[in-house]
Amino acid sequence: MHRAYLLILLILSQEALATKALSVTYSSSIEPIAINVMHEWVLTIQSIDGNPITHADIVVEGGMPEHNHGLPTVPKVTKNLGNGRYLLQGIRFHMSGFWEMKITVKIEGDEHVVMFPLEL
Amino acid sequence: MINSRFWLVLLPALLFIWFFFKNLGHPPVWSDEELKQIKSLSIIDLKPPPPDPTNLVSDNPQAARLGRELFFDKKLSNTGTIACASCHMPTQHFRDLLPKGFAIGEAQRRTPSIVGGAYSPWHYWDGRKDSQWSQALAPLERPLEHGGNRTYYARYVIENYKDQYDMLFGFAPDLSDSDRFPIHAAPVDDPEWNSAWQNMTVQDRNIINRVFANIGKSIAAYERLLLPGATRFDNYVEAQLTGDENVDFSYDEVEGLRLFIGRAQCIDCHNGPLLTNNEFHNTGIANAEGEIPDKGRVQGVRELLSDPFNCFSEFSDSPNNCSELSFVRAGSELIGAMKTPSLRTLKPPFMHKGQLATLNDVIHHYNEAPSAMIGHNEAKPLNLSRHELQQLKKFLLTLDSSMPIEPRWLITP
Repeated sequence: MHRAYLLILLILSQEALATKALSVTYSSSIEPIAINVMHEWVLTIQSIDGNPITHADIVVEGGMPEHNHGLPTVPKVTKNLGNGRYLLQGIRFHMSGFWEMKITVKIEGDEHVVMFPLEL
Repeated sequence: MINSRFWLVLLPALLFIWFFFKNLGHPPVWSDEELKQIKSLSIIDLKPPPPDPTNLVSDNPQAARLGRELFFDKKLSNTGTIACASCHMPTQHFRDLLPKGFAIGEAQRRTPSIVGGAYSPWHYWDGRKDSQWSQALAPLERPLEHGGNRTYYARYVIENYKDQYDMLFGFAPDLSDSDRFPIHAAPVDDPEWNSAWQNMTVQDRNIINRVFANIGKSIAAYERLLLPGATRFDNYVEAQLTGDENVDFSYDEVEGLRLFIGRAQCIDCHNGPLLTNNEFHNTGIANAEGEIPDKGRVQGVRELLSDPFNCFSEFSDSPNNCSELSFVRAGSELIGAMKTPSLRTLKPPFMHKGQLATLNDVIHHYNEAPSAMIGHNEAKPLNLSRHELQQLKKFLLTLDSSMPIEPRWLITP
């Protein structure tokens, strides 16, 4: 009986994740974000009910849609800081204007994509 | 009779009033946002160069003195006729006026200026070097530039600059045993020199590589001092910020600046006080006549990552602190992309192989934004009028400067 409940819960939680029920926020080591400065972000990832997501695989891409080019660097998560926090290093923007940062969070095979618009 | 004299006086007067009010109609008033952008381009915002942890002597004045001597020393070449200063000419803002550099023979690309190089994480048009010291080594061994080899240079510098070398880097190694250290040896195309290098032990090669790297580090300590000076544009910005109205900057120059930060979109890449983002862009520049298109940064990154003198290498003084190289971007997006050059003190010809002969050619190229031969042109047509293009050009000519460095650093020791 208990096992059945657990299974249902598991299915429900998978569905919740699959419907992008994730909260992703970032804080930058430089504020306001300036161009041509290498810096880092701390990403905080939580489920919609506020529980930290502690073992996510994160891929970050970014670019300027208007110019059809990406970031000048390849930012990477270099450290899991625990409690749903991840250190993202190697961020540098080289032009002012409209940027999009695409954060892909993989949790147990599910992919969640969060876009951050940035006006620099 | 009275009528014609009347018009003779009135017409010029009317013309004068029309010109006066036409220009008054466009006073050089800047919004706060525009002023912020303009200030960001000014030398007022230029901080001292960032430290180079990969070169422990980068800010050492004795290293700069040795570096200056090496920079002007023609013996640092296979022919005894070529110094760094032969192409990076102090009188020409540390470049030459040729489409492609010419030393022992013609180089593959145009000589870039090294002024302000201390601010850039990348060197060369394709950024295949990640420090000034590592960059300084490459031309010494290129057959059509200095054309020599590292073992010869190591012995020459230790013999001729021994005291300075010892003081900076500790006692120089003894290279007198020519069985261990041949006169000519290096991992280069020349089969004899290459074979001699391959016959040396790994330890002996490292001894030579260490001296060779120290030659580069001394030259870099000198090059770090080469910084751009204030221009008429910088004086104009200062006047705008202090409210000084007595400033030499014409109406067309002001409007050219307005285009630069606005519709001409130059500021997208030519940003910051050096008017460059030090990054790589494909702007649809045609290949040089008779040549296949230059792959640019996509090839530069490959060479950078395998460079034995890059930030990760054992010759770097901080191989665990390579924030640029650790996150460097590679890939097809960078096909045909070249490094944005600074616009301070423009000298023709322009682009990486001198493909555009004049400043007029350059601004017309960006106005049209033709398709790239390889990769894709990031720029889009600007649709500026002929008059606006001339205003833009007039603004660009206000970026001419002398250097703030003491004159003694600019002459042959």
